[in-house]
Amino acid sequence: MSQSAEIQPSDRRPVLSGGAEAHRLVMHAVAVDAVGLEERAASLAKRSIKKSSKLWALDLAIRCMDLTTLEGTDTTGKIVAMCSKAVRPDPIDPSIPSVAAVCLYPQLVPVAVEQLEGTGVHVASVAGAFPSGLGPLDARLREIAEVVELGADEVDIVLNRSLFLGGRYAQAYDEIVASREAAGSAHLKVILETGELGSYDRIRQASMLAMAAGADFIKTSTGKISVGATLPSALCMMEAARDFHRQTGVEVGIKVAGGVRKSKQSIQYLTILYETLGARWMTPDRFRIGASTLLNDVLMQIDKERTGRYQGRDYFTVD
Amino acid sequence: MSEAIQPTVQWEYAPAPESTEVVRLEETYGLFINGEFVEPKSGKRYVTINPATEEPLAQVAEAGPEDVALAVDAARDASEGRWRQMPGSERAKYLYRIARQLQERAREFAVLETLNGGKPIKEARDIDIPLSAAHFFYYAGWADKLEYAFPGRSVHPIGVAGQIIPWNFPLMMAAWKLAPALATGNTVVLKPAETTPLTALLLAQVIQEAELPPGVVNIVTGAGDTGGALVDASVDKIAFTGSTEVGKRIRRSIAGSGKRLTLELGGKGANIVFEDAPLDQAVEGVVNGIFFNQGHVCCAGSRLLVQEPVFDALIEKLKARLQTLRVGDPLDKNTDVGAINSRAQLEKIEELVAHGVDEGAEIYQPECVLPDRGFWFRPTLFTGVSQSHRIAREEIFGPVLSILTFRTPEEAVEKANNTPFGLSAGVWTEKGSRILWMAERLRAGVVWANTFNRFDPASPFGGYKESGFGREGGLHGLEPYLQLEPVDA
Amino acid sequence: MTSDERLPVKRTAKLFIGGKFPRSESGRSYEVLADDGRPLGYAAQASRKDLRDAVVAARAAQPGWAGMTAFNRGQILYRVAELMEGRREQFRAELSDAGVADPDRGVDAAIDRWVWYAGWCDKVHQALGSTNPVAGPYFNFTIPEPTGVVGVIAPGDRSLLGLVSRLAPAIVGGTTVVAVASETTPLPAVSLAEVLATSDVPGGVVNLLTGKTRELVPWLAGHMDVNAIDVTGVPEDLLQEVEQLAAENVKRIHAARDVDPFASAAQSPYEITALMEFKTVWHPMGA
Repeated sequence: MSQSAEIQPSDRRPVLSGGAEAHRLVMHAVAVDAVGLEERAASLAKRSIKKSSKLWALDLAIRCMDLTTLEGTDTTGKIVAMCSKAVRPDPIDPSIPSVAAVCLYPQLVPVAVEQLEGTGVHVASVAGAFPSGLGPLDARLREIAEVVELGADEVDIVLNRSLFLGGRYAQAYDEIVASREAAGSAHLKVILETGELGSYDRIRQASMLAMAAGADFIKTSTGKISVGATLPSALCMMEAARDFHRQTGVEVGIKVAGGVRKSKQSIQYLTILYETLGARWMTPDRFRIGASTLLNDVLMQIDKERTGRYQGRDYFTVD
Repeated sequence: MSEAIQPTVQWEYAPAPESTEVVRLEETYGLFINGEFVEPKSGKRYVTINPATEEPLAQVAEAGPEDVALAVDAARDASEGRWRQMPGSERAKYLYRIARQLQERAREFAVLETLNGGKPIKEARDIDIPLSAAHFFYYAGWADKLEYAFPGRSVHPIGVAGQIIPWNFPLMMAAWKLAPALATGNTVVLKPAETTPLTALLLAQVIQEAELPPGVVNIVTGAGDTGGALVDASVDKIAFTGSTEVGKRIRRSIAGSGKRLTLELGGKGANIVFEDAPLDQAVEGVVNGIFFNQGHVCCAGSRLLVQEPVFDALIEKLKARLQTLRVGDPLDKNTDVGAINSRAQLEKIEELVAHGVDEGAEIYQPECVLPDRGFWFRPTLFTGVSQSHRIAREEIFGPVLSILTFRTPEEAVEKANNTPFGLSAGVWTEKGSRILWMAERLRAGVVWANTFNRFDPASPFGGYKESGFGREGGLHGLEPYLQLEPVDA
Repeated sequence: MTSDERLPVKRTAKLFIGGKFPRSESGRSYEVLADDGRPLGYAAQASRKDLRDAVVAARAAQPGWAGMTAFNRGQILYRVAELMEGRREQFRAELSDAGVADPDRGVDAAIDRWVWYAGWCDKVHQALGSTNPVAGPYFNFTIPEPTGVVGVIAPGDRSLLGLVSRLAPAIVGGTTVVAVASETTPLPAVSLAEVLATSDVPGGVVNLLTGKTRELVPWLAGHMDVNAIDVTGVPEDLLQEVEQLAAENVKRIHAARDVDPFASAAQSPYEITALMEFKTVWHPMGA
């Protein structure tokens, strides 16, 4: 296992007595006004982050990154290359930190585990009939347990939107609780697939449900549908996490994924995080960005800030 | 309640100051009369400063009665000359020109507004200047469509309007006054506020460049005496935005004169949060309601009425949110709360806040480092406020929120309306029928439901009761500048 | 006295406050003369305390009046016209006594004015309100609302049509009224009060005071619970003082001076909104 020293095994447990209570939790979730939420997100996105504060943010963006590939065409060779980039994003600049984790399909977990042994970079695997989450529950739980067995430190599962949108909150909750158990001490990230939930009220309800069921992280998107993470949906989840912390004392992490390609976006998410959840969330323990092409853009921006020159893509490795 | 979030990493945003290079200040400014900048006959000048640094910016003329009379004469000549005869479609084009110029020079106006008034550059940039340009655009379009605005009536300009504006939104208030007056065929003598004359004088340059006929707009700078001279001058109408006290004085001084009058005065807006409100957005609305423009807003939500079951949760969120407000250099693009507009205003805020403490209300102010020079006041909350406290009744016009509680919708309405003012109110609830029930009962000219402090040229704005009368903005904003006569008369 | 000679029962011309007909609390009355100098009887001479009571009554009646449906208010105003029609002979005689040249025309116009304004009750919001296309995801609308309690000083001449032309638009929009009748020709106003009292206009919606204009008007203009004042009938030399007194609580001041009550300008929906407030409501639009 490539568990790093600073990240502890998950000790998250469900906070509710059972499904009935989860149903009430959803029914009584605080409302979200869409226009107000979007305006707040837009206003935070306009923060002007310059010079040293920008470099600090870009460094943190790398440390919080889940370098991701989730393609049917992924091969051992691609994973080996990606792991190398995850550990040393810039081969000639040792000051650039490693990313937090690589994120991939279950079958490729052993490759990553071998590559990342002793590096401190985590292996995260999707599981549980990703990306729909609609396989038989037994099979999904088995898959979760199996990737942990294979050495995954983190498991990214999806919320059962079929149950959730159908109002069967208790069952949706029970499924996450079971997944939590199956994941053991691995970190569990629950993907809400916010682009399919239809409203911010739903995003908030789903956030509360997943956090109550024992998620270490709640995550915006699979990256497999056209709508990925957005600033307001992330803000909505962060506000839910802030209330959950206020009510339970538990700090649940936030992962944004899907469509985060540019440094500017990563800084905007960090700004919203900082001004919503505060400094304690400014760490890979509490925040992740799932992305594939973002890393190179961040490296280019770091070079630009340091050299004062705009960069060209040929000077950065394509993996 | 869990322990407060302790910062482990402080992410200092590096300074992001907007450059002031775009602004070219003159050493001295004259009065804008009959299309030209002229020396004041009064021979008087005063220094206008940057309230964030107390540094002088320029010398500005102080118009005396003789100067005001010249300006009114110029406006009268223009009113009786070609401006009144000009087809509305031509008048419109001048207004469109001004609107376009404001957009072209938006950055210059925004920086100057911030320099002279102390407001955060992000507000000047994103709100004041764009809305000013939009106001001219909106009313430009009305200039040749007035016959569609008042069914059954023919419309005629009043003549010469004297307009007196405040220092909280210097350019925007000028736009709110000038655009409808010009669109309806009137001519104008405008007096900007004593402390914030510079964007109005820059607007005078724009007006020159737009080739507006001389005398259609005249701008006379000065303090209260200049305003008094304008009220007493032979104008046909006075439009005033400012304090209720001065508004009443103007009303008395023109009594019996036949001069028409519109007043946009003070307020003590109630922002009402019900237990089912979208709480996080309500917190933003409350913050925007009272800390936008340092609370120098006549329609500020300066009284927060919270339904008791959500009081603790809301106050906790509000206090945490106040900690994230960035108070300081107004030119920094990340500043949320800028400088208080003047020493006099700062002293007034300090006096009322001290009174609030004496009256036994509990004060909360976030930790923040204030600059050494300039006029500053921390964002402030008062809990434990009673209806009878001065801080619940008087307009503070600063970043100070008085918080009260209520239990039923009836009680919320009663408390909200229990004030001589009636400019704005806010309602936060998810229940649609309750919003409409509340909106109908709140005695205020603007009701923001699940939002606050939104403005738009198409949206009529103005007060009930001692908050004034007449509307600015929208179709209804035309009427104060028109005489309506029956079509068959 | 022969058997076919019956002694007529004379009316006592009283005040109209809160739907009741009290005498002046001051116990005063004053003699009313016909245009030709004939004594017509006495009218109550209201005091400032009667005026105070009238404002209290108007304030108490206001929410109920404004809270009625617009349709209902329209029905009631039409009922006023119906009952005036039934009493037209009385009004005609009173106008004739008051020296009105063509009393029939005056009565016709007054009745028709109620009918005209009755129809506005459920139209003024549509005609003069608006929905406003703001540049953002908000639904935004503006509607007229009653300003509250309005003081009306009726014109001295045209004692019926002049008064109706000021009263009707005021109450169309849901405000309530304290009116001071023409000092010299108060009797048509007293008769109008009797019509209002029997035509389902709730008590307190219209309060009519007879008496001395110069005594009453300054108290009305300075009253802090009166939101607006129609100064159409204020004597020229009193206007400045009235407008100064009105400043104290920022009263809206409205007048239709020098308007011929028979001219088309004398009736207008803008006369209704002059005593109303425009309220703008914003709400976000989001799913």
